[in-house]
Amino acid sequence: MNEVAAIFRQGFKAACLTVPLLIAAVLAGAMIGETSLSPDLVLSVLANKLAGADLPVDPIDQGIIWSYRLPRALVAASCGAGLAVAGVVLQALLRNPLADPYILGISAGASTGAVAVTIAGLGGGVLSLSFGAFNGALLAFGFVALLARAAGAGGGRAATAQIVLAGIAGSQLFNALTAFVIAKSANADQARGIMFWLMGNLSGVRWPDVYLAVPVALAGWLICRFHARALDAFIFGSDSAASLGVPVRRVQATLIFATALTTAVMVSIVGSIGFVGLVIPHAARFLVGSGHRRLIPTAALIGAVFLIGADIVSRIIIPGQVLPIGVVTALIGAPAFAVILVRGQRSAR
Amino acid sequence: MKIEAQNLTYSVRGKTLLSDVSFVVEPGETLALVGPNGSGKSTLMRLLAGLARPVSGKVVIAGHPVSHLSRRQIAQRIAIVEQQADTAERVTARSVVELGRTPWLSALRPWRAEDTWQVDKALQTVEMADMAHREWATLSGGERQRLHIARALAQQPGLLLLDEPTNHLDIHHQLSILNCVRILKVTTVMALHDLNQAMACDRVAVLSKGRLVSLGPPEQALSLETVSEVFGVKAQWGFSAGGTERFLSYHLD
Repeated sequence: MNEVAAIFRQGFKAACLTVPLLIAAVLAGAMIGETSLSPDLVLSVLANKLAGADLPVDPIDQGIIWSYRLPRALVAASCGAGLAVAGVVLQALLRNPLADPYILGISAGASTGAVAVTIAGLGGGVLSLSFGAFNGALLAFGFVALLARAAGAGGGRAATAQIVLAGIAGSQLFNALTAFVIAKSANADQARGIMFWLMGNLSGVRWPDVYLAVPVALAGWLICRFHARALDAFIFGSDSAASLGVPVRRVQATLIFATALTTAVMVSIVGSIGFVGLVIPHAARFLVGSGHRRLIPTAALIGAVFLIGADIVSRIIIPGQVLPIGVVTALIGAPAFAVILVRGQRSAR
Repeated sequence: MKIEAQNLTYSVRGKTLLSDVSFVVEPGETLALVGPNGSGKSTLMRLLAGLARPVSGKVVIAGHPVSHLSRRQIAQRIAIVEQQADTAERVTARSVVELGRTPWLSALRPWRAEDTWQVDKALQTVEMADMAHREWATLSGGERQRLHIARALAQQPGLLLLDEPTNHLDIHHQLSILNCVRILKVTTVMALHDLNQAMACDRVAVLSKGRLVSLGPPEQALSLETVSEVFGVKAQWGFSAGGTERFLSYHLD
């Protein structure tokens, strides 16, 4: 029983480090914007809403904080964490540093689903964009999974390459479908709207999205964290993992399905935010190394904080206008990553 | 542990890579597996390790058919060092050896002092203890190979499978690895290219075109006729300059 206690102690220590940072980031997300609001005000709103206190707060401020900024920050955190963890897991499983959560065709499928609903009018206006995107993402992932399976990616050495190739084929196909629908039916406004959505957009996020995003991110994180040792064993390839006692097929199937589902949910809420799932895992690896027991929580934390930060920047950088968050993640992230990459190389020598 | 191969046959896309191979390796014994390129050595290794399933026949480890064991149970009994296992990840020598503890750990069986001790012991056995903190990318081929062997030893296997462990190594490291394997008390099967290195093992199995053509004590299994027939070279016995040690010398006919 001491060992189980030790596991809880470790988890508690990690939580002591990460939870305050996350809370601070979410509070910052609630404070900063076109109208800056004080921390006292944010805490008062929280006290009113969560603890039933009756502190005097301007209802407009309360509305901005509670209905608008807080759900936004929470969804940003969930997406950042979810995408970063998905990236870590796929890079490890596929042994490919270029793997990201969209490598299995999910973002391409989501955009096809989105345009099918919004532009081609599938569902007669009853279905939401999110619904279309989610189903498109699952459809594309199903297509990629079947293709990979047909190509013989059940196990063995060539399997990971087959999965990546099937993902590329699926992405191309669904991107072409999206382009086809846009070219055939969209007017300029619709095309612009879709482009905005594709680059990621948190503007429409409300509390129901939080109730979906947070549990999904937590569940995805838990599943991946539970498989941390198995992921470590993939470092020399899937054969090596098998010889270390990892049930390779089951682990691959579980983790790929979990990451695909997480990514599909995130994409359907906020669009396909690029860069986070590709680069945050590398940044986290530079910080804590390749051991997944530390890497997965670290990547989740950095992803969450990074995306909250990117969302804040996207709201304030151009006065009166919201920039797609994907533009911000790439504009901030790429140079930051370049620095990490160069310094990491130096310290490795 | 005792390992038995019973009538192993394996084929891929209609091509038979191994047919009807049977042998027994006794506990503590070291068996060398020799044969030309493509004779089925690596395939046989993978079947023994349970990484591939034979089309027919079975592998039995200490009385249990491997096909009835879970991956984890297999990994607690059999460790394999495959050829060219490399990584681009930034990992330390020590963390590679720590991977060997994977089959013994679980969510409810975390890392213990005992695991640290096993890793230390494995690192000492391959003489890499003082390199434990080094990063993988900074290590030479020989050092990496020794770490793979240490990783396999940390699994505490009853059977150690080594697929050409001396490949790409200079002569000093070849001999030190073979020495290190020989003094282990673990049952070992290793694929080798150098017939004279095979001479130092307890028994030798000769594979040719997927068949076991000869099995026995080195000088018997590697008879001059077998060597010339299987490898297509002319072989003869020589003696080392100073004394009595016999070695095989060969040239193209």
